[in-house]
Amino acid sequence: MAQISELEASLRPPAMEMPPYPPKVITLASGEEMVVRQVERDEVPTLLEAIYPLLWVERDFYDIVGARLFGELLAYKRYRVKDEYVLAGLIDGVLAGMVNGRLVDEKTGMSYHTLTIRRGLRVGSHLFAAKMEYHIEHCAQEEVLIVAESPIGFRRWMIEYPLEKRFEVQHELGGVPSWVLPKETYYNAKPRLVSGRRPVPEELLQSAETITLPAEELVVRQVAGEKEGNA
Amino acid sequence: MKPVYIAGAGMTRFGRSEWSLIKLASVASLAAIHHAKLGDVPIDSVVVANMGAARVNKQTALGSALVDQLALYPAMAEAVENGPASGASAFKVGCQAIASGMADVVLVTGVERMRVVNGLEGTDFVASLSHPEVEYIYGVTLPSLAGMFTRMVMDRFGVERKHLAMVAIKNHENGAKNPYAHIQQTVTMEGILTAPEAVVNNPPIAEPLHLFDCCPVSDGAASVVLVSQAVAEKLGGPRVRVAGIGQATDTHAVHEREDPTDLKAVRLASEKAFSMAGKAPGDVDVAELHDAFTILEIAESEAAGFFPRGEGHLALDRGETKLDGTLPINPSGGLKAKGHPVGATGVAHLVELTWQLRGEADARQVKDAKVAYACNFGGFGNNVVATVLEREAA
Repeated sequence: MAQISELEASLRPPAMEMPPYPPKVITLASGEEMVVRQVERDEVPTLLEAIYPLLWVERDFYDIVGARLFGELLAYKRYRVKDEYVLAGLIDGVLAGMVNGRLVDEKTGMSYHTLTIRRGLRVGSHLFAAKMEYHIEHCAQEEVLIVAESPIGFRRWMIEYPLEKRFEVQHELGGVPSWVLPKETYYNAKPRLVSGRRPVPEELLQSAETITLPAEELVVRQVAGEKEGNA
Repeated sequence: MKPVYIAGAGMTRFGRSEWSLIKLASVASLAAIHHAKLGDVPIDSVVVANMGAARVNKQTALGSALVDQLALYPAMAEAVENGPASGASAFKVGCQAIASGMADVVLVTGVERMRVVNGLEGTDFVASLSHPEVEYIYGVTLPSLAGMFTRMVMDRFGVERKHLAMVAIKNHENGAKNPYAHIQQTVTMEGILTAPEAVVNNPPIAEPLHLFDCCPVSDGAASVVLVSQAVAEKLGGPRVRVAGIGQATDTHAVHEREDPTDLKAVRLASEKAFSMAGKAPGDVDVAELHDAFTILEIAESEAAGFFPRGEGHLALDRGETKLDGTLPINPSGGLKAKGHPVGATGVAHLVELTWQLRGEADARQVKDAKVAYACNFGGFGNNVVATVLEREAA
């Protein structure tokens, strides 16, 4: 880490030791291979560029998810959130989606956001599962606090896992009553919701070394669908 | 009966649309009118097919609404609701008007805008076509009926999940070539069935049916312009004749059927349509079947007479139903990939087949298609409309 001033050090939250997320590869329904790996701070500007056009897409709450994620990623890059991490899904190096969260303490995780760019292939489900895997298996946490900001998220997390209510806890995302994924539920759900292979073959890993963005127009079209059906 | 011709066909892209119901219907209608090159020939009648607008869009009297939107007054106008077979039923009504001499030009438009409600509500709205006292109140949905049907067909005829996946893969491949398809994404056997990740990629919906065995919920509209022989001659251009239409019904509740795996209404409707057309299943060059669930493409291909009972999946094994096979089925991508805006589906079948017979289907064109067949499957097979189209020399 570069040398920082005393003032800057006082502005940063204290950091915990966080294990790395070992990359994995997932075969999607299309037969394409998606590499899931951790995103470093210096890669954040690329993710921000991908999110930016989505800030005005109301469909499926991409605007609020995008705006909050934008802020969270900036905060990660500039050390203004405690113990945050970011994972990305890459198909041939092209960004398919991203997830983030943070460690509240050694036992509890806080899930932040899941944003899918390549839709229709359950990329979001895979990435959310990778996030839970990181908290429970790699960080050895007991539980993860979760909320959904869209009906799709509610269906994917609350119903599919299924999550338990922890409504006495206000989630960091807007103070919404929290749901929780306990370790036991995670392991029960793992056979049907968590997948991927390790180690990632070297060639695939190399293809995912640099994050490439799909064209902005393509991102908006994939996310927002046809604004005007075409005749 | 006087002959009936399809002079023009058009549709919107299926998927999730921001357009209103009537705008969707209007855009498809204008595309069909433009395709027909109607010019100053007046439209005598408008028939709109739709299943759920009264419930999900809070709009009724769609025939009048479309006439008003397109300023087609004083054309006759009505809406037809016949569950998922609404589209072909409306087409039949339009054909009757011309065959009887009551009209010379009829615009038939199917439309549905069902993505305005969430998945649970959408599933419930479609389930309202089931028997209210012995099915619906017990929580029956269309996927659950299809799941039970699939299990019976698998047990009896040796159909396996790989055959269902083959239908999905084929139709997604076709859909990827169709700019009007809801899903333009290919899928692979590995990705949806054999890879360890397939468990996550393709989760169960109603066993043994999984996600990629079910059609998406779509918005969209499709439209055709039907004309009399006199108008067809005046317009010139390629001639697609409505050679035969058949319709048949079966018990409302599926369990009351003597053999629930026998799609009797498909068989009877098809026999009627082929008889009227003076054709046999073997004459058909291209077919659009109602694959709301992958199993239905297999079962309908048998009931329509294309393959012996219990052997539709073997034809798949042999590749006969692929775009370059001996009988291409669902070149549009089918409901599976093209999408299923319920009231529009039956009309969309006929739009695709019209384009196929006119040689206008671009990358998914079936070579030298002259005779085409469509099956619009209403209820869970309790009301089926079959149509045979034929290309005529101009």
